[in-house]
Amino acid sequence: MLRFILGRLAVLIPTFIGVSIIAFSFIRLLPGDPVMLMSGERVMSPERHAELMNQLGLDRPMYIQYLDYLGGLVTGDFGSSIVTKRPVLDDFLQLFPATLELSLCAILVAVCLGIPAGVLAAVKRGSWLDQTVMGAALVGYSMPIFWWGLLLIIFFSGYLGWTPVSGRISLMYFFPQVTGFMLIDSLLSGQAGAFKSAVTYLILPTVVLATIPLAVIARQTRSAMLEVLGEDYVRTARSKGLAPLRVVGVHALRNAMIPVITTIGLQVGVLLAGAILTETIFSWPGIGKWMVDSVFKRDYAVVQGGLMLIAGVIMLVNLIVDLLYGFINPRIRH
Amino acid sequence: MTAIDTKATDPKVAGGTTPPSGLSEFWFYFSRNKGAVIGLVIFLIILFVAVFAPFVAPHSPSIQNREMLLMPPVWQQGGSWGHILGTDAVGRDILSRLIYGARFSLFIGLVVVTLSVVSGVLIGLVAGYFRGRIDTFIMRIMDIILAFPSLLLALVLVAVLGPGLLNAMIAISLVNQPHFVRLTRAAVMTERTKDYVVGSKVAGAGTLRLMFLTILPNCLAPLIVQATLAFSAAILDAAALGFLGMGAQPPTPEWGTMLAEAREFIQRAWWVVTFPGLAILITVLAINLMGDGLRDALDPKLKRS
Amino acid sequence: MKKLTTLLAATALASVMGTAAWSKTLVYCSEGSPEGFDPGMYTAGTTFDASSRTVYNRLVEFKHGSTEIEPGLAESWTVSDDGTEYTFKLRPGVKFQTTEYFTPTREFNADDVIFSFERQYKEDNKWNKYVAGASWEYFAGMGFPELIKSIEKVDDLTVKFTLTRPEAPFIANLGMDFASILSKEYADKLEADGKMELMNQQPLGTGPYTFVAYQADAAIRYKANPDYWGGAQKIDDLVFAITTDAAVRAQKLKAGECHIMPYPNAADVAGLKEDPNLTVVEQEGLNVSYLAYNTLVAPFDKVEVRKALNMAVNKQAIVDAVFQGAATVAKNPIPPTMWSYNDAIEDDKYDPEAAKKMLDEAGVSGLKMKVWAMPVARPYMLNARRAAELIQADLAKVGVEVEIVSYEWAEYLKLSSDKDRDGAVILGWTGDNGDPDNFLDTLLGCDAVGGNNRAQWCNKEFDDLMTKAKTTADVAERTKYYEEAQVIFKKEAPWNTLDHSLVSIPMSKKVSGFVMDPLGIHRFDGVDIAE
Repeated sequence: MLRFILGRLAVLIPTFIGVSIIAFSFIRLLPGDPVMLMSGERVMSPERHAELMNQLGLDRPMYIQYLDYLGGLVTGDFGSSIVTKRPVLDDFLQLFPATLELSLCAILVAVCLGIPAGVLAAVKRGSWLDQTVMGAALVGYSMPIFWWGLLLIIFFSGYLGWTPVSGRISLMYFFPQVTGFMLIDSLLSGQAGAFKSAVTYLILPTVVLATIPLAVIARQTRSAMLEVLGEDYVRTARSKGLAPLRVVGVHALRNAMIPVITTIGLQVGVLLAGAILTETIFSWPGIGKWMVDSVFKRDYAVVQGGLMLIAGVIMLVNLIVDLLYGFINPRIRH
Repeated sequence: MTAIDTKATDPKVAGGTTPPSGLSEFWFYFSRNKGAVIGLVIFLIILFVAVFAPFVAPHSPSIQNREMLLMPPVWQQGGSWGHILGTDAVGRDILSRLIYGARFSLFIGLVVVTLSVVSGVLIGLVAGYFRGRIDTFIMRIMDIILAFPSLLLALVLVAVLGPGLLNAMIAISLVNQPHFVRLTRAAVMTERTKDYVVGSKVAGAGTLRLMFLTILPNCLAPLIVQATLAFSAAILDAAALGFLGMGAQPPTPEWGTMLAEAREFIQRAWWVVTFPGLAILITVLAINLMGDGLRDALDPKLKRS
Repeated sequence: MKKLTTLLAATALASVMGTAAWSKTLVYCSEGSPEGFDPGMYTAGTTFDASSRTVYNRLVEFKHGSTEIEPGLAESWTVSDDGTEYTFKLRPGVKFQTTEYFTPTREFNADDVIFSFERQYKEDNKWNKYVAGASWEYFAGMGFPELIKSIEKVDDLTVKFTLTRPEAPFIANLGMDFASILSKEYADKLEADGKMELMNQQPLGTGPYTFVAYQADAAIRYKANPDYWGGAQKIDDLVFAITTDAAVRAQKLKAGECHIMPYPNAADVAGLKEDPNLTVVEQEGLNVSYLAYNTLVAPFDKVEVRKALNMAVNKQAIVDAVFQGAATVAKNPIPPTMWSYNDAIEDDKYDPEAAKKMLDEAGVSGLKMKVWAMPVARPYMLNARRAAELIQADLAKVGVEVEIVSYEWAEYLKLSSDKDRDGAVILGWTGDNGDPDNFLDTLLGCDAVGGNNRAQWCNKEFDDLMTKAKTTADVAERTKYYEEAQVIFKKEAPWNTLDHSLVSIPMSKKVSGFVMDPLGIHRFDGVDIAE
């Protein structure tokens, strides 16, 4: 087992260096330099321009800039934003809980609805129920979620006025960030109605972000279930006269879950990509929106640091999924 | 909707009709899936509309009718048959823009799939056939690409290359291509040791011949299924980039870009927001329906169950 | 599970007990996150609204709702006869804010003034580079490093600025955000604690509101400063709810989630006006959008050609399609809210027939030109693409073929300054300080050719007027010079002046005392809200 873990880690290091090279070189290739953007319509003298480039260290040879950057990474320094001058890591740590909270809620919804839906569809294979569920799943899977989010806002926030338009909690509530998770913090604050408020703000973004993972999980569960239901031991169990619920619930589901768990692990990247759009639509103060804003502001340092950090998170999650998988299924270790 | 017909995957039925050739066998399985056929029909309609856009569209997509800004669709008060789906902020006919937009979306899908399949298959063949260091190196690079969320990577790439349709397509192809590399490599690795390959190798077939003529045709099925998925994913990604302002640039009638432009009218003119998104959904759905049918027809594993 | 139930019960209990009266809170749906809280380092209005206009004061202030100057932290000032020495008498008894993170022990004095300015240009000042990449864009942009010879403390409440040359707009410049006065005592404490970067995160000044907290990309909270020298505020708490999407801001306003919003979508304004709970106040912004020809390149070096092209464009159509009417057609290079605006000037009339004739007479036929469209939305031009398309269609009618080009924003700014640039550029300007010099000389002076002067237009007569106006302190005399300069501008037509956007601020009817500001800043001192 230890060898397995070490092996995985050994693979991660070159990948991480590769990621850092990509993040670094991308940003140097961006057209237009950040100094020009800082001044906007106001034209800057060439001397002042050179001075600022020097200040930001952008006039040094590329490889020195890179080595400096790598040195910084080792000590946890991901650089500072050119626009706000704040350290990138600070911003990331402050905004990441918002994204994490949204993603966790979305994946929870997707799993809690997707697996039962998939199981039902498989058990009632061919019925109208199966067809409806799978039809809905395919529509969900094909959904342009940025449009879906807009429609939901128009209907639920604009027309019905049921849900708030954007943000994480009503501004009437103000309490310190303890965990960074609004749901938990609002409970801890003990302020009346804060938790309810946080929930209403969370609903629409969660629905939007959960749409695609939900569809994928439902489809995956159905086909995994179908496969397992066709296997000999399930047939045997059935023929032994075991109650259908027991067959499905205990024997089939447990075995069908292995590919489904892998699928859930793979949804992390999908969720982060979805978060970019969802957060933009709902002004959710998370890292997805932060990255989009930074790309548009041409904030070199933030895009570079953010890419690294996000890639780091995905690699970490993949590692954990790998290791878990190794535990469940010892054959894979070799 | 999808209606993966139970009979289609029932081995008894399949065995009973012994189809004479590969193609008709394929069609047999494909047409058993009603959803896939519906998808195919919708797709063909969209394709037709796109190809013959200048004849189908009632107006030019760029003509601005300054007397009719933000006119609602025909069934609403204030609408007219002249502009069935209404007009946008500068008085362009939405239906016509959607029709021309179909060209962009299909074109994007086609280019992206071609680019990522060709490059992905080539790289995957090399990795899977030669193994060793080349393989490790290639797969490491693919790992790096996959370590980023695809949309984020595409977004940054487009920012680097400059916003625009062409660059968006290049970026999307790049983030799509690792899937093809992995798929091809895995298929090649299993095929490589099979008797027929070893046989031709012994018979003196060259490397290139082995790679392209012997092994590749036998890995095609999963590639085709993946290509369909990539086609619809490309349309979605391009629309998302357009929506974020990094894809096709206005006034191009690309659907995602239209949505981005329409966003400011979300309160006042629901139709400029609703229709482009609906167009994206329908197109992607049709392709995914076809994809399901293809998988049923091509994937031997599913056929067995 | 049991724990959760207890927790829920506790919340339910709290919801019964927690009905204590809300303090009087005004919520402002701001358009973006502030870049930081030290106004000297930034240039964005969003940042200024959140820092300099709430937390800080300056030596002089703009009068509420005007571009005129009134005393601020300086009670009075005198100018030497040669116009190079400014002596300020500081206001006595001004207290800095008391916050959770700092309690001041002394009142405002000359040290604070000197500290606030010197850190922006003295490189040996420890605060010159107190955060990585700190730079003082506005200070440099207004020419202060060359302009200021010295700043001296005469006594605790007297400060003398010595300039290298007479500069009439100097006083107006001191009312700008970068000239905000910080506390030296607070700075010293941060320095001693080794936490200098907090100056940019936890601001402390003399202004009407005290900073409480900033929740990244979500909200900024302030409370009224009880010690404010200008008098107590009527509200208790001020919240900036950061909402970047304009449509969303409008929805929040309608839903009562906030009370005031800036920058509505032009398309939403009509709907907001109809809402019985809202009012929309409007005013021309301190801005102009223009199409600048390159007057150094044929055939645009000919006045008749430029005039003819101006006449061929239907500017009202641009205002309608781009702004949905929320703008006015511009005839002068300065906006109507600015002093010295010459209203007697007649705009070039939209007349394609006459324009075509003029082009023919000038011997220009089959002209092909480029029109540059900015890739970003600015307050003075919400959608340059759309405007360029309209211009393209209009010019086609007089036989001019237009190709629309665009570049990435930084690239656009750089290339458009180029002296031998090919084509006419859509661009604009938002005023900094309400002084006409800030538009006319900055954008059209001979010194600015190859820089801010995108028309590359250098007219001796015009330029002389600029110099005269700059070195005269008398406002009436300066007004005359500027009015004359506008006449020359119109005659020479280096630009097609497109529009001044109308700034609308929708707000709840419960809000009172909010005054629109021609400088485009959003101030909340004196604002009240009905329960």
